[in-house]
Amino acid sequence: MIGNPNVGKSVVFSRLTGVNVISSNYPGTTVEYTKGYLRVGNEKLEVIDVPGTYSLEPSSRAEEIALEILEDSITRQNGIVVNIVDATNLERNLNLTLQLLKRNIPVIVALNFWDETKHLGISIEAGELESILGVPVVTTCAVSGEGIKELVDRLREARAMAYYYPEEQRWHEIGKIIDRVQKVSHHHHTFLERLADVSIRPSTGIPIALGVVYATFKLIKFIGEGVSGRVFQPVFERFWAPLMMKFSYILGSRGIIHDILVGKILEGKIDFGQSFGILTTGLFVPLAAVLPYVFAFYLVLGFLEDSGYLPRLGVLSDKMMHQVGLHGLGIISMMLGLGCNVPGALATRIMETKRERFISATLMAIAVPCMAQIAMIVGLVGRYGTKALTLVFGTLFLVWLTIGVLLNRLLKGESPEIFVEIPPYRIPYFGALAKKLWMRVRGFLKEAVPFVLLGVFIVNVLYSLRIIDFLGKLTGPVVTSLFGLPSGAVAALLVGFLRKDVAVGMLVPLGLSLKQLVIASVVLAMYFPCAATFAILVKELGIRDMIKSATIMVISTLLVGGALNLIL
Amino acid sequence: MVKDLTQMKAGEKGRVIDIQGGWGLLRKMDALGIKRETEIVKVSSQLMRGPVIIKVGNTQVAIGFGMARRILVVAEKGREK
Repeated sequence: MIGNPNVGKSVVFSRLTGVNVISSNYPGTTVEYTKGYLRVGNEKLEVIDVPGTYSLEPSSRAEEIALEILEDSITRQNGIVVNIVDATNLERNLNLTLQLLKRNIPVIVALNFWDETKHLGISIEAGELESILGVPVVTTCAVSGEGIKELVDRLREARAMAYYYPEEQRWHEIGKIIDRVQKVSHHHHTFLERLADVSIRPSTGIPIALGVVYATFKLIKFIGEGVSGRVFQPVFERFWAPLMMKFSYILGSRGIIHDILVGKILEGKIDFGQSFGILTTGLFVPLAAVLPYVFAFYLVLGFLEDSGYLPRLGVLSDKMMHQVGLHGLGIISMMLGLGCNVPGALATRIMETKRERFISATLMAIAVPCMAQIAMIVGLVGRYGTKALTLVFGTLFLVWLTIGVLLNRLLKGESPEIFVEIPPYRIPYFGALAKKLWMRVRGFLKEAVPFVLLGVFIVNVLYSLRIIDFLGKLTGPVVTSLFGLPSGAVAALLVGFLRKDVAVGMLVPLGLSLKQLVIASVVLAMYFPCAATFAILVKELGIRDMIKSATIMVISTLLVGGALNLIL
Repeated sequence: MVKDLTQMKAGEKGRVIDIQGGWGLLRKMDALGIKRETEIVKVSSQLMRGPVIIKVGNTQVAIGFGMARRILVVAEKGREK
């Protein structure tokens, strides 16, 4: 499947294969390829969803990936191209279609967003287009599923049609086709179109953007706190705690197995924050403390993504992002990074240059904590009020800005300017939103929870083997003298490689002062990415740039942690 | 009247007559359908030399200030005035 960015390839793909992939309303949602299978009769066809591309000459890493797949599956494996076309932008989309046809490869065209053409006063003669191009043309509306069956039925008819035109006449050729198949009648501006104008004009757009960002955080905090405090925590306290007390009794209230599974019994009770057993703190952290925030974040992000607001936020923040050597779209990987740094790191692929990818990956890894970590920090530091939280996140923002400005000055070269298509606003489709939210929440449960349990297990092993005491003495000068933290905090730094939420949780039993909590939270966010992010970064940046990036992380952590200890 | 994209006013229509840049810039613009003879409408521009937003066909495109300055158009309204 090949097509321009943001034409709904991933939605068509999900429809064809039943394989769920994340789709949104902004160009560049898909940055890697996904394979799935489609059954037609007795045959099993492999379908590949690839990043969108405007032409057959790549201009970003994501586009390169798309074209590599095209080469591979067409030339070597006798594949066919399903060219997904945005029917509301036929002229520009045909540019890619003609390039594909010229390559003499089998193509079938799907005119997607067919339903929207009517609202926009566009009428297209699909049959006429089919006879001009010489390949099958099907009309589809992927979100509702209309036309997908016809697309499947006609896959077999896809054929190579050497559509010849002189290269410099390509647009002229497209113009001729458009004249024959498309009529545009005047239409009244819809509400969404007027909203689009208002939200991009600086005088109204900037206040709207500030409002949206503010509302986003308020809403996440409201839902996260509500679900965590009113639902999950009471469930743990009322039902799980008594059960665990019984279990503790059965295990004999002591011993290494007891401590690993149930943890310490404090004043005759289980303390989900401090007991640190796999079945107590190990379950409480991911499910009761973090999950509600992850859920809330992805719920709100889903709306921002599917409505089409994100690229507008990118345009409005373009000026600020240029200060740190990125352009406006850089904000998308930062936003995704707030959910989890892994998709954030992958999203850097929509950037054109290596320089931008390095800057955005480094900035995100240092100064953008993921939602799991944020939830734990909010739980821990938030007790001291909004001011304390502002201290932590304000520091991280300043670090982000400072390192970004420095990297922009010091690194060779310049970052390109923004050049991006802004999609129309679309009313998010409830089914798609719910599915995406579920995929992300399930991803968290499947990928994060086992690591949290492993993290808690390792904490217990480290403590019982007295490795922590040893490391505490070893790293004493840095942790104690420079950061002003108790030597036990080194355990949190160690576990932070695995899961940062567990690491923040480990600060609870240490009984830190507010100043120490702030320093520890900032240091934990900055010093190094977690294992999952690290693995992705090595792949995306290459080992040499990753070493550079990691050096920046360690040095800036030492400076910032030390400075905070002096100032606060 | 010939002007570049940054000099146009919001709502003004124009026809591209020249893109002053190398092959890379031309290719980038071409991919999104911006080339000589393309009819465009300026939508808005961001403050302090921020990106310019134009409408090409049914698509809105944000173009960085430096790039926008290299796209010359004949403004239609400007001529009437």
